[in-house]
Amino acid sequence: MGSGDVLLELAGVSRTFDVSPPWLNRVLERKPRVLLRAVESVDLAIRRGETLGLVGESGCGKSTVARLIVGLYPPTQGTIRYEGVTLAGPGTEASDSAAQRRARRGMQMIFQDPYASLNPRWRVADIVAEPLRVQGIEASESAIEARVGALLGQVGLAAVDGVKYPHQFSGGQRQRISIARALATQPSFLVCDEPTSALDVSVQAQVLNLMRDLQRQFSLTYLFISHNLAVVHHIADRVGVMYLGRIVELAPTRRLFAMPQHPYTRMLLEAVPDLSMTGKSRTAVAGEVPNPLDPPPGCAFHPRCPFADARCRQEVPRLLPVAAGGDAACHAVEEGRIPVGSLA
Amino acid sequence: MPAVSARARADGPLLEVEGLRVEFPTRRGTLVAVHDVSFSIAPGEVLGVVGESGAGKSLTGAAIIGLLDPPGRIASGRIALGGRRIDNLPYEEMRRIRGREIGAIFQDPLTSLNPLYTIGRQIAETIRTHLDMSETAARERAVALLEEVGIPAAARRIDHYPHQFSGGMRQRVVIALALAANPRLIVADEPTTALDVSIQAQVIQLLKRLCREHGTAVMLVTHDMGVIAETADRVAVMYAGRIVEIGPVSDVIHRPRHPYTSGLMGSIPSIVDERARLTQIDGAMPRLTSIPPGCAFHPRCPRAFERCSRERPELSDAGSTRAACWLHAGAVAPVQAGAQ
Repeated sequence: MGSGDVLLELAGVSRTFDVSPPWLNRVLERKPRVLLRAVESVDLAIRRGETLGLVGESGCGKSTVARLIVGLYPPTQGTIRYEGVTLAGPGTEASDSAAQRRARRGMQMIFQDPYASLNPRWRVADIVAEPLRVQGIEASESAIEARVGALLGQVGLAAVDGVKYPHQFSGGQRQRISIARALATQPSFLVCDEPTSALDVSVQAQVLNLMRDLQRQFSLTYLFISHNLAVVHHIADRVGVMYLGRIVELAPTRRLFAMPQHPYTRMLLEAVPDLSMTGKSRTAVAGEVPNPLDPPPGCAFHPRCPFADARCRQEVPRLLPVAAGGDAACHAVEEGRIPVGSLA
Repeated sequence: MPAVSARARADGPLLEVEGLRVEFPTRRGTLVAVHDVSFSIAPGEVLGVVGESGAGKSLTGAAIIGLLDPPGRIASGRIALGGRRIDNLPYEEMRRIRGREIGAIFQDPLTSLNPLYTIGRQIAETIRTHLDMSETAARERAVALLEEVGIPAAARRIDHYPHQFSGGMRQRVVIALALAANPRLIVADEPTTALDVSIQAQVIQLLKRLCREHGTAVMLVTHDMGVIAETADRVAVMYAGRIVEIGPVSDVIHRPRHPYTSGLMGSIPSIVDERARLTQIDGAMPRLTSIPPGCAFHPRCPRAFERCSRERPELSDAGSTRAACWLHAGAVAPVQAGAQ
């Protein structure tokens, strides 16, 4: 896989949400505007055919990244390019709208909650057929029916299941329906936002195995977002770790899990419960994620970091290549202040 | 009420559950959600109860603390705490035991706390309901409890409302509330599921430390095997309302005897090993309305044979654990009732 074959590229993407109190309260109570910086200057390139995992704790901005990519939110700053077509940011007007529509058709999203993301009043066949109708991919009803039957078969359901309603299926089967709907437009890129988090482990295993099979069959590219490090370790080729809106480490999966560089990544990995640790205790991570409305200056992780010094408290670290492979955004890593391979 | 000195570390188990059956009468007949569940917990022991949604693990916990939502009811069986039967007590009497002798921790800390009262008031109220203490003494104890569960600046934070705490801190408050009257047993239902991993580790360590220091027994209900692995002494695996395997935690995890347990373990992705595919148990847990005859797991079981669809296996010794599976029933003497 050539690293030059970039399918999706985010350059300096930021997204700010205005969470100010209403205008009247601001005037009467003299409250200032409040801006939440959910995603801040994220640079990310996803290569064709790979699975990029994105992990982080609640509120770190990983779901916002997913929504920015599929266009549910416009970015406040930065550019998003897909197959060379600018979808958002400066230069959007220059690329023609037909190319943009084609590019959008090439990406689909799978959501976390299979109970909320399927319309309970629609039959499954209509749910799966909706993208075909909206995008005008298949013209005749008989062609749509045949295609829906084939799609349901691909995700391990039967074509006759199309006449049923979502409530007649279990959580895992519903997630299969979501996947069938996402595959309807024959996309090359799927954005999966916590697709297995609402499922039981045995069902999660079924869905993860299915996603792997489909990836091989249709040469799909995945952006796989999860808070579960073990799931990401299993499915991803490369992993990005987010903390308070920024990517703090990005590396091939094996390197990230074997030799985590950023202190936050090390901490997260230490905190993961694992079956192999019967009787042992994990190292508890000190402190909590700071309030994103009032992030600490400098490196956002410095209040919890055992290696923080004066520079960390002032200067935001940039994502830089590290010797072990991949990139990390940490002054201590850059300066070699962290003892190799150990967590203090 | 038994004095605290009666909390002698006797050899007998603290909690005994025997043949518990939980039913839901419906218009279309009675649904049995928990079938013939028996286990015991010793003082200071952590028993993990795992299973997927609908296995009956939370209902078992709710039956023990006497908080089954009607129309759910205990149809038969016996629950005893420290030798005293508690499943047939009148509501008021059970209310005194709940909180005093059994503490409860639920998944969502927000629903366990009243948003309209300060946490100090809620903890002090719990303390005074169960222990004979003055208002000032109760408040002092509340501060001490908050300090014990690791809430910084407890003396100031005690006058804050639940919404002023983060998720992890709220769960600590709930743990403090459960500990308020120094109970002998804590029933914790998915206590870490709503929390991020880094916070989860803190809460688990806290629970472990507290039960070590106070000798409190814990029934830890969760779907997360990782949490069980590091916390529990013994595990009970539930499937379709029954315990299918029970034994010491490392044996159940590393040498599971029941095909469901081994399938479950294989389906959990790990950050340590690399596998191309996860073990897959096809199908899903049966609904209560259509539990298969014989062994409820047989339609999904890769090792099922003819007998499995006809006869239901009882829990019997299978190596170091006890499993309800015909693969292990033949080896040892047939079903022995009342073994440990």
